[in-house]
Amino acid sequence: MRVHLPNSAFLGNIDPFFRGFDPTNPEILEITANEKWISVHPIVLTMVAALGLNVKPENIRCEKFEATSKHYLVRMGLFKALNISTDINIVEHEAAGRFIPLTQIRRSDELTTFITEMIPLLHLEPEQANTLGYIVSELVRNVLEHADAKNGAILCAQYYKKSNSIRIGIADTGVGVKKTINESYDAKTDLEALQLALTPGITGTTTREGGTAQNAGAGLFFIKSIASVNRDFFVIYSGHGFYKLLKKKPTLRLDLNADPFKDRHSKEENLPFWQGTIVGVDITLDQTAEFSLLLDVIRKTYSMAVKERRKMRYKKPRFI
Amino acid sequence: MKTIMIFDKAGEFAENKDIARDLRTQEILPALERHEDITLDFGGVRAATQSFIHALISDILRKHGSEVLDNISFKSCNDTTKKIIGIVVDYMQEGVEADLDDEK
Repeated sequence: MRVHLPNSAFLGNIDPFFRGFDPTNPEILEITANEKWISVHPIVLTMVAALGLNVKPENIRCEKFEATSKHYLVRMGLFKALNISTDINIVEHEAAGRFIPLTQIRRSDELTTFITEMIPLLHLEPEQANTLGYIVSELVRNVLEHADAKNGAILCAQYYKKSNSIRIGIADTGVGVKKTINESYDAKTDLEALQLALTPGITGTTTREGGTAQNAGAGLFFIKSIASVNRDFFVIYSGHGFYKLLKKKPTLRLDLNADPFKDRHSKEENLPFWQGTIVGVDITLDQTAEFSLLLDVIRKTYSMAVKERRKMRYKKPRFI
Repeated sequence: MKTIMIFDKAGEFAENKDIARDLRTQEILPALERHEDITLDFGGVRAATQSFIHALISDILRKHGSEVLDNISFKSCNDTTKKIIGIVVDYMQEGVEADLDDEK
């Protein structure tokens, strides 16, 4: 496998980075980087760390980084996660550096502890803390419950002062969305599976409306909705499929779509194969709509989606 | 009347679905089967995820129908938690009705 850390890869311009990922030869991981500058979204770091966890440390070939921003990779715990040494020395910042370094979560109780401990690290207001906790909980629980990933979920997050935003990445190397969704549906492609997974009330655990006792099929829809209402990016990549919710212009009305393909988006269905799922979300804090207002719109959209599906099952009159 | 303090089990950020499942199977369902009314007290809970609320009550609505809401009270919920409970109750009623229609 080969991955190149570019000078810039954030959710807005992440597509070339994913296209450049080479998944062949999974026993070896080669990491190269831009020589002058490396500025990347947490999703990039989670992806590299997730790959590295499946490779023996002696089979990870990491070139000597020259970029002046290379210290960031150490601070975010990349080399530690890969279990390889580096000669990059850093001055440790105070604990409250407003970032969450690469963290591996494999169990439900680890997640609960993590959510409790991450909020002080990011110095968030209560409303913002709720939103972030919500996103992390739903995404990591998806991994723990559906991904069958031996390494669990790998995540990290960073606060960006200039844009006043939190950017989060979560990656796993589990079975991927298509296999999970196709426990109950028949998605032909990874992209079709992503479309189903982002639709409210669709879960791989059952085709029954309302889901099972433990799963409703609403988690990803809620997260895409948070990003949509706040006009932020949301990215999901699994198998060959890739979906990106694009930023939209401010409007007075809070509108949500049950079908993710009706949102302003970009998509690809032939990316290099990612065994598992990667999700990235940006949350711009000064435009974070009040969560309870968002819930009103979610309730309406969700209800309409269920009614639409019920309507599709109505018997039709037979005209002869 | 049985009162269940959600904060005592799930903390101020109620997101652990395993805890929700245990509350449902070990406390709520047995109490309902004994024909006891139940109060789910969310005092001290700052936020709850939809997944947590779903794991807590969806199966109860499916097993007992929406009439069970006459036997359950939700106490001291903040505005956000009220709305999440509302979403779950809505889609469960719509979904369960659809299932019943299919069975007719």
